[in-house]
Amino acid sequence: MSNHLISLAIWIPIFAGLGVLATGSDRNAPLARMLALLGAIAGFLVTIPLWTGFDVANGGMQFVELNTWIPRFNINYHLGVDGISMIFVLLNAFITIIVVAAGWEVIKTKVAQYNAAFLIMSGLMNGIFTSLDGMLFYVFFEASLIPLYLIIGVWGGPNRVYAAFKFFLYTLFGSLFFLLALMYLFIHSGGSFSILDWHKLPIALGPQIWLFLAFLIAFAVKVPMWPVHTWLPDAHVEAPTGGSIVLAAIALKLGAYGFLRFSLPITPDASHQLSGLVLGLSLIAVVYIGFVALVQADMKKLVAYSSIAHMGFVTLGFFMFSAMGVEGALVQMVSHGFVSGAMFFCIGVMYDRVHSRQIADYGGVVNTMPKFAALFMLFSMANAGLPATSGFVGEFMIILGAVKFNFWVAFAAASSMIIGAAYTLWMYKRVIFGDVANHHVAELSDINLREFAILGVLALCTLGMGLYPQPFTEVMHASVNELLHHVAISKIQ
Amino acid sequence: MFANFVVPDLLPAAPELFLAAMALAILMIDLLVKDSRRTVTFVLTQLALLGCAAIQFMTSTGEIVYTFSNMFVDDLMSDLLKLFLYATVAVVLFYSRGYIIDRPTMNKGEYYVLTLFATLGMMVMISANHFLTIYLGIELLSLSLYAMVAMNRESVASTEAAMKYFVLGALASGLLLYGMSMIYGATGTLEITGVAERLQSGSVNTGVLVFGLVFLVAGLAFKLGVVPFHMWIPDVYHGAPTSVTLFLGSAPKLAAFAIVMRLLVNGLITMAADWQGMLIILSVLSMAVGNLAAIAQTNLKRMLAYSAISHMGFMLLGIVTGVVSGDARYALNAYSSAMFYVIAYVLMSAGTFGMILLMARAGFEADQLDDFKGLNKRSPWFAGIMLMLMFSMAGVPFFIGFFAKFAVLQAVVAAGYLWLAIAAIMFSLIGAFYYLRVVKLMYFDAPTDESPLTAGMDVRILISANGLAVAFLGIFPQVIMSLCAYALLRSL
Repeated sequence: MSNHLISLAIWIPIFAGLGVLATGSDRNAPLARMLALLGAIAGFLVTIPLWTGFDVANGGMQFVELNTWIPRFNINYHLGVDGISMIFVLLNAFITIIVVAAGWEVIKTKVAQYNAAFLIMSGLMNGIFTSLDGMLFYVFFEASLIPLYLIIGVWGGPNRVYAAFKFFLYTLFGSLFFLLALMYLFIHSGGSFSILDWHKLPIALGPQIWLFLAFLIAFAVKVPMWPVHTWLPDAHVEAPTGGSIVLAAIALKLGAYGFLRFSLPITPDASHQLSGLVLGLSLIAVVYIGFVALVQADMKKLVAYSSIAHMGFVTLGFFMFSAMGVEGALVQMVSHGFVSGAMFFCIGVMYDRVHSRQIADYGGVVNTMPKFAALFMLFSMANAGLPATSGFVGEFMIILGAVKFNFWVAFAAASSMIIGAAYTLWMYKRVIFGDVANHHVAELSDINLREFAILGVLALCTLGMGLYPQPFTEVMHASVNELLHHVAISKIQ
Repeated sequence: MFANFVVPDLLPAAPELFLAAMALAILMIDLLVKDSRRTVTFVLTQLALLGCAAIQFMTSTGEIVYTFSNMFVDDLMSDLLKLFLYATVAVVLFYSRGYIIDRPTMNKGEYYVLTLFATLGMMVMISANHFLTIYLGIELLSLSLYAMVAMNRESVASTEAAMKYFVLGALASGLLLYGMSMIYGATGTLEITGVAERLQSGSVNTGVLVFGLVFLVAGLAFKLGVVPFHMWIPDVYHGAPTSVTLFLGSAPKLAAFAIVMRLLVNGLITMAADWQGMLIILSVLSMAVGNLAAIAQTNLKRMLAYSAISHMGFMLLGIVTGVVSGDARYALNAYSSAMFYVIAYVLMSAGTFGMILLMARAGFEADQLDDFKGLNKRSPWFAGIMLMLMFSMAGVPFFIGFFAKFAVLQAVVAAGYLWLAIAAIMFSLIGAFYYLRVVKLMYFDAPTDESPLTAGMDVRILISANGLAVAFLGIFPQVIMSLCAYALLRSL
């Protein structure tokens, strides 16, 4: 049983999703919701032993499953987690519960399909995080586009068709180069798709650079990094609340995770050579996109741009090649999962009541929704990186790492803390404080128990991780050292 | 004189003989069947196909056996392709049945008999080891198809399509024959294995040979429907009755693949450098024109026609990467990938045209893209099936179309044609757009037509199975992949 934990984490949500789909029409909507919630909770429960049974001293892969899948091409069903991926499996399973709960009363049409899409996507994304076979990774990576395409397109806003196509084609464009890179590695390694084999594979500098660039296109689109980020604001704005939560909390992490699993260990020399490029793009994301966020009139767009800026921090942390930077980036990724998920949920709460995401349509919300305003405040502060929240820990670690790396990089990165505070808190001020702006705001009702529970749990996570990040850094420590060990060895022979 | 006459070994051709006999028998029996009792003909036709499959299983030796003075060959590749052929034709007939019952001009015994003769033609093509056998097979297939396309006599579009198909098909046959005659002139034999032997011995006039090869490739390109010999495909797919489009868009691809293998690989492998160069151009052009033109279509059958052009172009990538600068090390990998691609394509194509037939009813063709609007609301199950078929065609995992593309692409990369692989993936990206649009119509748009689907339960079950097979074989592609590889290993 314990040997199949990861398989369970992948397939329980997928089969639960198929089960939900079988409930059919909206007449059975309550049943579909219950089944989806049960599936999500079961999916989360099976991931807990991954954490409790995890050996923190071991930097290698744990809970490994290895079965042949397509022997014709030596493709294996090879799964395993290390300290880096384990956290994301848990985060993903946890966010799935939040998403199902977030759509509980809001989604009224095609309820079964809605919940099924999220459950199936959750399972597929667990597959991405745990695949140790290049093709298996790719297959999950690309298959996960289908549910999100449908989620944006079916339950999205007025411009949803454009956003769904842009999302799908953009990501497909990136991943096709990734597929070519995988095939090259397959042939170069003499017929292996094992990622762990590739970590040891000597590659000359020229091919390394091409591989690195192919990986970069795929993952940069997914992260997304400036200048290939433009699909994200569209996707976020049009997606339903649940879609935005999953997109920000998990889907963006896939690209960053790809850097750690592929780019850094497989092409370390090229990573060092081209780190300037990635650092430059990251800093542009952090500073420039921060300013772009400042001028947004749409709350979802603002948080979307802030996500890009935060993910810029993550890639910045990776490409300084220090334990502090990488761990800081990982903490930032988890924290961003909680905080951005909560931010999008907060916007969703207001949108469900007023049906507008424009900042200008709000003002004085605190007068009618005091509980909500308090919780929203916490998440806004976390988004701005206030100490004692999880948002602070990651950014602080990355900036610390950056100071050692290069003062000016650190300076630019640190300046973003100010920009981040500016755009988040200014939005908060305009929406929440002041006099009641119009009759819509005057008629607002405060959050109900379901919404309070969702925000409360996320608040606990944000605060807990901010006050005591030790458990998170502890599990990733050995694996990050192992990774940096790979990155430090030249693959050129 | 009679002493020299040797009765050929009939066993390797037993399925062909059986089918020919059955087709003639059904033609006679059908005369006694009233229009209202046409089910008898249908059942007999299915039994004929089933019988062929059974005979194929029983007579298959796994060895390469030549008969009829080396004009006919039976090997594992032909066995496997024929088995898929019987299955495809059987499924096609199931899908078509409701459609032709709704259209009295088509509900004739000839429909079934012509289908069987076309099938026989394809079987002969698959097992041909002689230029004349190939020609015989092609003509048997084509003449049956011309008549089937024109079968709906009242439709102007069908008649026009049949006319176009006939004229261009005759031209293509002419090109093919001309090429064959050139090669005969150069090598002095019409036997495919004989041509290979003469070429190996080296005493051949290459000038004439290359000249013949150009015509041969052009003729094959016509039959495959690749650019720039594709003009008939959109018009015929569009104009033919949908049940005939389904037939001609699926099974003949298997036979076309077989004759490409027989002529170019079995016969002219020493000329690989020449024909690979030609096929690369055809392949890239097909992917470009097919994918770009498909975007502009509003008719689903026409869109699928362009999609077929691009898929055949993609399949050719597997054929062109078999021999790299005289080294045939990658041949098995490349050709078996192409074979897997064809089989996967036939499965997807049958399902997709089957969906159009499922949506059609008396007096309504359901072949416009807009007819699929809001299908998710009318029938979530079949919208889901169509979704799987579309994503499979686009090459998204976990569907068989992805592994088909993967198999071919890895052969291309292994052969060192990186630029070709990049071109292929770029055109696939463009292609993804129009498949996604079908999904968009079904899921994102509201239905304009609320009438329930009228298709019978057998068709519903079969199309569901077809769609699920696309997903199932996408998760477990190994069986068919290794079957293709094994069959070619034993046949080349």
